[in-house]
Amino acid sequence: MESLEQIKLWIEGAVPDARIEIVANPGPAAQHSLLVGLDQAVPVARFLLEDSRLRLDYASNVTGVDWPETMLKEKRKVKQTIDGVEREIEETSEHVRPGYLEVVYHLYSMALKQGPVILRLRTRDRTASARVPSLTPVWRGAEFQEREVFDLFGVLFDGHPDLRRILMWDGFRDFPMRKDYTPTPEVEPVPAPIP
Amino acid sequence: MSLQPFQVIPRLGSEGEPLDGEQLEISMGPQHPSTHGVFRMDLVLDGERVIRLKPVFGYLHRNHEKIGENMTYLGSMPYTDRLDYFCSLTNNWAYALAVEKLAGIQVPERAEYLRVITAELTRLQNHLSLAGFLLQDMGASGTPLMYAFRQREKILDLFESLTGARMMCNYMRFGGCRCDVPDGWLDQARLVVEEFPRFLDEFQALLDENEILMSRTQGVGVLSSALAVNAGVTGPMLRASGVNYDLRKVDHYGIYDRFSFQVPLGDHGDVYDRYMVRVLEMRESLKILESALRTLPPGPVLDPKTKLRGFRPKPGEAYGRIEAPKGELGFYLISDGSPNPYRYRVRPPSFINLTILEDLCLGHQVADVVVILGSVDIVLGEVDR
Repeated sequence: MESLEQIKLWIEGAVPDARIEIVANPGPAAQHSLLVGLDQAVPVARFLLEDSRLRLDYASNVTGVDWPETMLKEKRKVKQTIDGVEREIEETSEHVRPGYLEVVYHLYSMALKQGPVILRLRTRDRTASARVPSLTPVWRGAEFQEREVFDLFGVLFDGHPDLRRILMWDGFRDFPMRKDYTPTPEVEPVPAPIP
Repeated sequence: MSLQPFQVIPRLGSEGEPLDGEQLEISMGPQHPSTHGVFRMDLVLDGERVIRLKPVFGYLHRNHEKIGENMTYLGSMPYTDRLDYFCSLTNNWAYALAVEKLAGIQVPERAEYLRVITAELTRLQNHLSLAGFLLQDMGASGTPLMYAFRQREKILDLFESLTGARMMCNYMRFGGCRCDVPDGWLDQARLVVEEFPRFLDEFQALLDENEILMSRTQGVGVLSSALAVNAGVTGPMLRASGVNYDLRKVDHYGIYDRFSFQVPLGDHGDVYDRYMVRVLEMRESLKILESALRTLPPGPVLDPKTKLRGFRPKPGEAYGRIEAPKGELGFYLISDGSPNPYRYRVRPPSFINLTILEDLCLGHQVADVVVILGSVDIVLGEVDR
């Protein structure tokens, strides 16, 4: 399997205005992934499927990840001159990382027996209208799994042929896999206190 | 090979006008003996022919993934038994493999052998039950299923004496297995493996050339290899359509590169091929078992450096997958350095194999839908999670 940098170059050669970023995985598994811009996600996916060097014909695993808004703390060393003496001071800066939902695709090639190439799509926000383009027209194997991501995370997939709830019932309103989900009393009744 | 779905050709009257006659919508399930659990299909029928089919499930949904995110890594291990409750040992292995990838844990050699032995025994009993249930669905009430279950019981006895439970085994740990085999277990396992081919000969003599089985399954529910690959179908269903993709050969996870076995392939992709591929896979599993039981090395069964309690892997993510009896079973884990996973995802094979159920059933009769669903081999504990 070629390195991700090489694959990124190939994609950029074939789909000129694609925005690709490599997301590093610091763990021992070292399965790094490609963050793909939403506008060109479908052409990029089609290229990965059809390119003769990659032939990623099999979308194995499609899933969502919820990243709520968090405060990131960053420590920096700054040189300051206090009373004429230059000192190194540690400065903590805080900034808010806006929340987003992520859809992760694990792609393999059955024809060339290689993989995985991991794609990530990020929504712009975590509202109820968070959306990404659907890759089901490229890989049919994503059909039920994207429905599941819609059902449990609340990501809308543009271009999905049959976007309905799949595990929860149709009248259900919430998205249970989001990190801030709390069940309503109708879903999970609060037990009556023991007298 | 085309990806075009089956086209329903409208019947026309003598004037060329469409005869939109008796269309019947029926809801099959969720309480139906042939749906293998609580599974429903919304069918639209034209006479006896199926012109639309939508699978409906979620009746057993308990949000397994959310439970996993609120559990420690070790605490999720017994829950994985409940996914595909026929094959708890392969579920354990897939989860252990994902955690081992996430944290970079080594597995001792004897534990790898024990994993192969238990996983192949699981494959045997899963395929046996499937063959029995498939025949049951066709109306062969009792005999084949009872024959299969008689033999499966011997394997479950082995599981019970090794792990303490027949079905909810909870046997594997990250970095090995929970315990070593008890005295005499290996001899007992060898006996089961030795007498299995004789049973399989008898079973095949009863069924392979059976006229009813052949006429009910050959040419029914044909799945083209192009559609199978594109729809992410895995396991015996994919191989019955002629695609050579077995993770034991592709990924060489564990120690599968040390055993010589073949990957049976079908060439029609119909229900009969799916049945036959599973029977032949049992023969190959027996080869692996025979060799593994002969060459099992001594040594520890659990990596002594692994800390099971208070286990906190470094931040990162990993996707581990194995060839479970029903297809590719994967676990995707994201760690943020805390004792429980930030994201815990199960890639259930039978859930994804259901994607093409409608394509397989269109144009067939209702009685064939039962057989086709049986050949997909679903377990609702895994589909609904």
